[in-house]
Amino acid sequence: MTVPTGRDDVMSIRTADDVVRVRQEVRSRALEIGLGLVDQTKIVTAASELARNTLDYGGGGEVRIEIVQNGGRRGVRLTFEDNGPGIADIELAMKDGYSSGKGLGLGLSGARRLSNEFSIESTPGVGTRIVIARWT
Amino acid sequence: MDRIPILKMGDALLITIQVDIHDQIAIALENDLTQKIATTGARGVLIDISSLEIVDSFIGRMLDNIAAVSRMLDAETVVVGMQPAVAITLVELGLGLTGVKTALNVERGMLLIQNRLGALGRDRAHRP
Ligand SMILES: Nc1ncnc2c1ncn2[C@@H]1O[C@H](COP(=O)(O)OP(=O)(O)OP(=O)(O)O)[C@@H](O)[C@H]1O
Ligand SMILES: [Mg+2]
Repeated sequence: MTVPTGRDDVMSIRTADDVVRVRQEVRSRALEIGLGLVDQTKIVTAASELARNTLDYGGGGEVRIEIVQNGGRRGVRLTFEDNGPGIADIELAMKDGYSSGKGLGLGLSGARRLSNEFSIESTPGVGTRIVIARWT
Repeated sequence: MDRIPILKMGDALLITIQVDIHDQIAIALENDLTQKIATTGARGVLIDISSLEIVDSFIGRMLDNIAAVSRMLDAETVVVGMQPAVAITLVELGLGLTGVKTALNVERGMLLIQNRLGALGRDRAHRP
């Protein structure tokens, strides 16, 4: 069973500066639970991709940062949420190289590879919610 | 707005990326750099990313763009000082940075550029 360990943060993502702040906060939480340098780098990079998508495509939104516990393991769980246009074809959006803009189309697929857990829900006209986690 | 300084080092330009950069600074850097290549005739561009703790697709795209534009102006780009954890993460992210040469540090990056210039010089000398 996965249980949150109490302290959690919700940060809003409205500007490019917010994306930087999200990266810094995720880094410090990852450090706090004892994730190694490579794992820290992976979760921070995934967070950067998703925060930027929230800003660029979701029209802004927020991220909840939680520390979770599962038996002897601790993890950082991030929930990105926006009330933007949503994603009509999730399978297509998840493909390496697919971008509706001028991106490389690596953000979503890369964030999934860089995380131990990944889930995405999106409803056109309602918004998008993506949850990722990385465990010690 | 902050700008990233571009230093001249012999035939090359050196850019040290210190902190998280945003869209506006990245765009300004691309513009400043192309100007500077044109005015100095630099043949190489070294981008030191040793203080970057992550490289995401945004920064990756910027590095690729810089390399592509510099190449058109006959300057070679070498990204130097990538941290090992960043390299591992980049590969998993799916970003090969295929258009960009890399070197462990500034000295080795400089050597790469000088070797290229040396090779070009020899080619020219051997031409009848
Ligand atoms: N929060 C979101 N709301 C709406 N659409 C989204 C959202 N996140 C991603 N998308 C859509 O999914 C596509 C793929 O996203 P992904 O992050 O993989 O690539 P990208 O952002 O276009 O490029 P890159 O991340 O490589 O710079 C986007 O182009 C966009 O159309
Ligand atoms: Mg993206």
